[in-house]
Amino acid sequence: MSDSKAMTEAELIERFQSRIDDEQKIEPKDWMPEGYRKNLIRQISQHAHSEVIGMQPEGNWITRAPTLRRKAILLAKVQDEGGHGLYLYSAAETLGVSREELIAALQSGEAKYASIFNYPTLTWADIGAIGWLVDGAAIVNQVSLQRTSYGPYARGMVRICKEESFHQRQGYEIMLALSRGNEAQRAMAQDSINRFWWPSLMMFGPHDAESAHSGQSMKWKIKRQSNDELRQKFVDQTVKQVEVLDMTLPDPDLKWNEGRGHYDFGEIDWEEFKRSMSGGGPCSRQRVAHHVKAHEEGAWVREALRAYQKKQKSQADKAAA
Amino acid sequence: MTQDNLHLFEVFIRSKRGLDHKHVGSLHAEDPAQALEYARDVYTRRSEGVSIWVVNSSDIHASQEDDSESFYDPMDDKPYRHATHYVLPDAVNNM
Repeated sequence: MSDSKAMTEAELIERFQSRIDDEQKIEPKDWMPEGYRKNLIRQISQHAHSEVIGMQPEGNWITRAPTLRRKAILLAKVQDEGGHGLYLYSAAETLGVSREELIAALQSGEAKYASIFNYPTLTWADIGAIGWLVDGAAIVNQVSLQRTSYGPYARGMVRICKEESFHQRQGYEIMLALSRGNEAQRAMAQDSINRFWWPSLMMFGPHDAESAHSGQSMKWKIKRQSNDELRQKFVDQTVKQVEVLDMTLPDPDLKWNEGRGHYDFGEIDWEEFKRSMSGGGPCSRQRVAHHVKAHEEGAWVREALRAYQKKQKSQADKAAA
Repeated sequence: MTQDNLHLFEVFIRSKRGLDHKHVGSLHAEDPAQALEYARDVYTRRSEGVSIWVVNSSDIHASQEDDSESFYDPMDDKPYRHATHYVLPDAVNNM
């Protein structure tokens, strides 16, 4: 503490960067550059918002899940997402930002969340596709983030990855059941893959060359692998999985490249990505409006908690007097 | 000599950057600053830590062992929260 004060800004930056280069974690009470703090708050809160907003498209099917088992599984999954949002908000709060500020930024549209959750869940197969593809893509990203340089974020990621392992498998299991079903069920599953494949690839963000925050984030080791590297990893692992379903991915350019040792794939529609990110996705307004509504409708619960606590305290004070 | 007026503190140590603080024990001290110094002397003599937390023991609210049945019971019948619950073909089972 005292030695931080004696050091110049340049020395502090040097010590900070050498810690990171040395694969040491940065912890909440350490000195850190303002840019690092801001960048982390942006990324962690965006991640937290995604977990919480992501509860909506899946929650849409809880009452209509085809069996009691599927309903229980979906409930458990949506419950996990809420928990993951909490872990991440708490990690962001260690950087000196309050929960109220984070929620306000989400509700005003200032903060972003994963654009994938602005797409509607039209059929039961979408619940399968989300678990398998969307959570699958999220896991590829989160496994990499277990090695992020900020201690609380890295520890949150370890916990989330451990809990998340069932999400992708339950999604794939839904797709597997549909793929072995009748023609209508197979068509429903294929339609869902067709709609969710490209938005899943968009989850990794812009190409490395066009990613606004990437360079600095890599130097600070907030991100450990680039958007394009992670996207490639996801494509490579998914091709085999879609073959087992005996279905296809909606990309005529998808083919194995022997020279690269990876699958080549077509170009993403970046105009759609931008539209969806800036609030023009099919359900963008609905998602935020629902969050605001749920928050406002929960006000009486928070009031009741405060009133109860006040009452308890006054009773305790009376007993002590 | 009496410790009647000294507060009880719980001590948590982070052994290495990146790891959680872990409870290591407790000690008596007059105030948090003194507790930190005692904790350093008692619990990190062999460089066991890079960061110490001390917390007033009276500030720790704990769940009760006796309640554990009703407290945790709802978790026992939800095997589907575990990845192993889902049986997938061998070709994709490393998911």
